Amino acid sequence: MADFETPEIKEFIGIPALQEGSMAHSSPFIAKPDHQESLGFPGELVENWQQVALEKMDDLRTRYRSFQVFLDSCVKCGACTDKCHYFLGTADPKNMPVARQDLLRKVYRRYFTVAGKYFPKLVGAADLTEEVLDEWYSYFHQCSQCRRCSVFCPYGIDTAEISMAAREIMDAVGKGQKYCNEIIGKVHTIGNNLGLPGKALANVLEGLEEDVEDDTGVAVKFPLDVKGADILLVTPSADFFAEPHIDGLIGYAKVFHETGASWTLSTTASEAGNFGMFIGSYENMRRVSMRIRDAAKELGVKRIIFGECGHAWRIAYSFLNTLCGPFDFLDQNYPIPQHILEYTWGELEKGTLRINKEENDHMTLTFHDSCNVARGSRMGDYPGGQFDYPRNVIKAVCNNYVDMDPKTTKEATFCCGGGGGLLTDDLMEIRVKGVLPRATALKSVVENEGVTHMAAICAICKSQFTKTLPYYGFTMDQIVSVHQLVSEALVMKGSEQEAELDGTDGDDTEE
Amino acid sequence: MAAIELDGKSYEVDEEGYLLDLNQWVPGLADIMAKDEDAVLTDAHWEVINFLREYYEEYQIAPAVRVLTKAIGKKLGKDKGNSKYLYELFPYGPGKQACKYAGLPKPTGCV
Repeated sequence: MADFETPEIKEFIGIPALQEGSMAHSSPFIAKPDHQESLGFPGELVENWQQVALEKMDDLRTRYRSFQVFLDSCVKCGACTDKCHYFLGTADPKNMPVARQDLLRKVYRRYFTVAGKYFPKLVGAADLTEEVLDEWYSYFHQCSQCRRCSVFCPYGIDTAEISMAAREIMDAVGKGQKYCNEIIGKVHTIGNNLGLPGKALANVLEGLEEDVEDDTGVAVKFPLDVKGADILLVTPSADFFAEPHIDGLIGYAKVFHETGASWTLSTTASEAGNFGMFIGSYENMRRVSMRIRDAAKELGVKRIIFGECGHAWRIAYSFLNTLCGPFDFLDQNYPIPQHILEYTWGELEKGTLRINKEENDHMTLTFHDSCNVARGSRMGDYPGGQFDYPRNVIKAVCNNYVDMDPKTTKEATFCCGGGGGLLTDDLMEIRVKGVLPRATALKSVVENEGVTHMAAICAICKSQFTKTLPYYGFTMDQIVSVHQLVSEALVMKGSEQEAELDGTDGDDTEE
Repeated sequence: MAAIELDGKSYEVDEEGYLLDLNQWVPGLADIMAKDEDAVLTDAHWEVINFLREYYEEYQIAPAVRVLTKAIGKKLGKDKGNSKYLYELFPYGPGKQACKYAGLPKPTGCV
């Protein structure tokens, strides 16, 4: 299947010798007319696309002041050049964040600045041609909007915003990406990215109830559409479908069960992820978010908690109130919204959960900070809480934990290589190359510190790693959900695990 | 749009070879798709493909990995009810590859 060469994994993350145009061929499938139209975009490339594109650019630069500031303020200092995982993995100079931005910036200069209008060659301004549009389509789908480059930019230019704007312009002219737009359509019509209908969701949850009872002897519920529940859990639909995601879902349910929480999932808000952000579309982002508000109101819940989903948490933490607030109908004594890790860590701190860390002794863990959680959100009430909470939880349920190279964690974390709408098979080459920096850091702790597993808190990260790390000699089962670790170590009251630990095997400990 | 020819009939598929209209599916298509990926379908593959189609008919989506492994485990014995066995049968991922052979749409999202 692979018609590209997997880069060689070295001891350290190094800057590659440039290979100009090495990824110019990379281009995802174009959205079908019906995918486009259901999101309010033209079905295919419109005849006067140049005019439409420039009008859209003008609209964006006046609507979002930040966008124009980002386009104007780059001084080409070069600080970002070696910070992008896709550049490090592909050696294509157009994957340097500054070069990627310049694909758009040169057009902006040509049509919206005095110097660019009259002396285009002097200021690197260029006409918007079909070639340029194709280049946008290729290279703005080689950016996962992870914002690592922004951390190192002395001006704070947010490359992700530029990629989002580029994609928004391309949608406006009728050249959208199939993966993102088909998925957003499914959220609007079915309620989640996967297209999982309510009946199938109920079937999955029933199966999980059986499995957990088989494993533990405890009847843990996975409630769906329960009116009057206290907590609405919104989690990525991958948690109902893929591995190791589903093991994380089992963990959430066990924690809720053990703490006596009244909670529910919702059929209509059965997706935490919001691909509206990937394509820069405020309207779609808002529509996707509204389902959560509507479900919360309809079910009459008091709290909203998000499961392990990176981009969802950025949107939930940073934008939810603007997109679909105010949430004055929720209980104001709790964070609105709350992350499942905040909930679980809170309970661990209170001592309400009995933990047997030995259950995870066969593993030595490390943790991958998800880009959008690390650089676009927080957990708890202090800066950096988003780095501590997952680690606190892992360390509370595992004896063996090691961090990766600090140049690759926390605010400097590398993207998994599949974020921002790139987690699709037609972009497998860029995904495999983009995971190289993370794979390098992982390999180092595997070889030097005996790490066996890497935990993650994002559905995209989990899927991307299980699929691409095997190209570098890892196995897919080395990736785990954080709440999977909690699930393994949690000793529920009345469970077989409790009986075994307390030496009351064979007793009828059921309540 | 690409198509697969079988017994004088043409079956439209998408860019990745997934059948556009799942109602058109006939078993012969699975064999052609497999051959295209250098795979040969055995009874073991067909157990999975048939289960996928049954499940889809009822739920309008392919089964979750866990649902599939459980069902296969029940049918073929516990040693086969795990994703390792399924990945041996369908190395490109039981979800995606087996779905394709079964004529079902590809699962989308963060999977």
